Parts: sequence; structure tokens; C-alpha cells
Amino acid sequence: MTADLLLFLVLAVVAVASAVAMLVSRNAVYAAIFLILNFSTIAIFYLLLAAPFIAMAQITVYAGAIMVLFLFVIMLLGGQTHHTRSFIPWQAPLAILLGVALAVEVIYVLITGSSGLPALTGTQATSVAPGFGGPQAIGEVLFNQYLLPFEVTSILLLVAMIGAIVLTQKEKEREREQIRQTMDQTIPEIHAPVETPEPEVPEKV
Amino acid sequence: MVPVSYYVGLSAILFILGALGVLLRRNAILIFMSVELMLNAANLAFVAFARAYGTLNGQIFVFFVITVAAAEAAVGLALIVAIFHSKQSNDVDEINKIKG
Repeated sequence: MTADLLLFLVLAVVAVASAVAMLVSRNAVYAAIFLILNFSTIAIFYLLLAAPFIAMAQITVYAGAIMVLFLFVIMLLGGQTHHTRSFIPWQAPLAILLGVALAVEVIYVLITGSSGLPALTGTQATSVAPGFGGPQAIGEVLFNQYLLPFEVTSILLLVAMIGAIVLTQKEKEREREQIRQTMDQTIPEIHAPVETPEPEVPEKV
Repeated sequence: MVPVSYYVGLSAILFILGALGVLLRRNAILIFMSVELMLNAANLAFVAFARAYGTLNGQIFVFFVITVAAAEAAVGLALIVAIFHSKQSNDVDEINKIKG
């Protein structure tokens, strides 16, 4: 067993264990932290697979930005999940059955079809050019071959940003609308010309 | 080097765990986290194949998947916050009406 294979197996055990722990943990904060551990091990897999840029993007975007956003929302809404009875009682056994079916399918495909997959042998490990997967190589491909998708991505991020702001701003807008309506109802009463009754002048006889 | 089929197998296991999370958990935030786990499993397969074939296209696709995941997380969590404010619950079984 080579050192590479040993490292892969240890990291794979950590990744699968953290994913299972995320699945079964009752507290959402613990689940988020297990997911961060899982993302970190996957980043190490990326480093092993000659993708340093993607590994760093994984750490900063996934383990950093996205999971911090998740933790923010969990803290905002409360992390404890209270157990209510599910409306569909047969859902859990059916889900496990379907998961096992998917696993069997994947194992079957991997066993029967993996002969067509290219094997990462020792000669191929050295055949990758130095700098493969680094920022320079990624940038060259990204800005030459994939320029249009890159620009479309910026529009997608803009739309997502506006969407998130609009969705969370809704309540405030409703409150403001209520305030405006009450102002409209009260202000005319204030500014309406007050009709003071004429002081009754006693008629001169 | 580790054969690429090992990486694909690990990616499949992580994907199945994510799918089980989506099917089994009732909390909307945990369902979102399981979706992120599935996206990561797919990314791992992409990078493994990019390494196996010696081309960068798979890594570029992972870059785009990470971007889309960030956008999806932002909008999805905003939706969860908005639903929580109107329903006082994160349970997907209780979110059964389209009318807010």
C-alpha cells in the first residue's frame, strides 16, 4: 500500500464519517460544523488531484462564505430541531430503500464499467504539466475558452444578490406601507381646515 | 497513484448520503446542507476526471458549480428566513401552502 493510497483511505473515512455525522446530528450547528470538516477534506482531495486553485476556492467559498451564511441563518432562526411527527410515516423506510437502491446501482456501474476509466498510474502522475490546475492555467482557459459563461455567471450572482435583498426586505416594505397608510389617514385630519363654529352673537333686539 | 474509480466511488457514496439527507431530514436548512453535499460529491467526480484526462475543462466546470452553489445558498437561505418570519417554522412538512 503506497502512501498515496493510505492518505486517500484515511481522508475518505473522514469525509464519509463527517457526512454521516451531518446526517444524524440533531443540532443544526453541529451539522454545519461537520459539513465544514467534510468540505475541508474534499479540498485536500482536490490538492491530491492537482487542482490547487479549485481547492483554495473550495476553502474560501464553501467552507468560508457559504457555511458562514448557513451558520448565520441557523443562529438567527434557532438551531434546535424539534421533533414533530412526519406527515408521511412511510417516508423514512422508503428513503432508505431508495438510497440503498442507488448505492447498488452505482456499485454495479463502477464494477462493470470501471475498466473503461483511465487509471491514474505512476507514469500519468508525472505526465501532468507543472502548473496544471494553478491560477494561471485556470485563468487562461477561463478567459479564452469560457469567457461568455464567466460573464453570464456575473449576471447570475447579481440576480441572486438582488433576489436575496428583495426577499428579506419584504417585511420592512410592508411595515412602511402600513405606516404610509396610517399617515394618509391621519394627516388630512390634521391639515383639514378646521371649521370653527361662529361664536354665537346674541341677536340684538 | 490512487485509481480514479476510487474517487468516483467516494463521490458516489457522498452523493447518496446527501440524497438520503434530502429525503430524511425535515429541517429546511439541513436539506439545503445536504444539497450542498451532493454538489460537492459531483465536484469531486469532475476534478477526478479532469485529473485523469489531463484537461482543465472539468476544473472550470467545478468553478461554475461553486458559483451557482453560492447564488443558490444566498437565495435559498433568504427564502428560508422569509418563510420562517411568516410561518414561525422551518419544518418542510408544515410548509404545505403556497399562499404565504
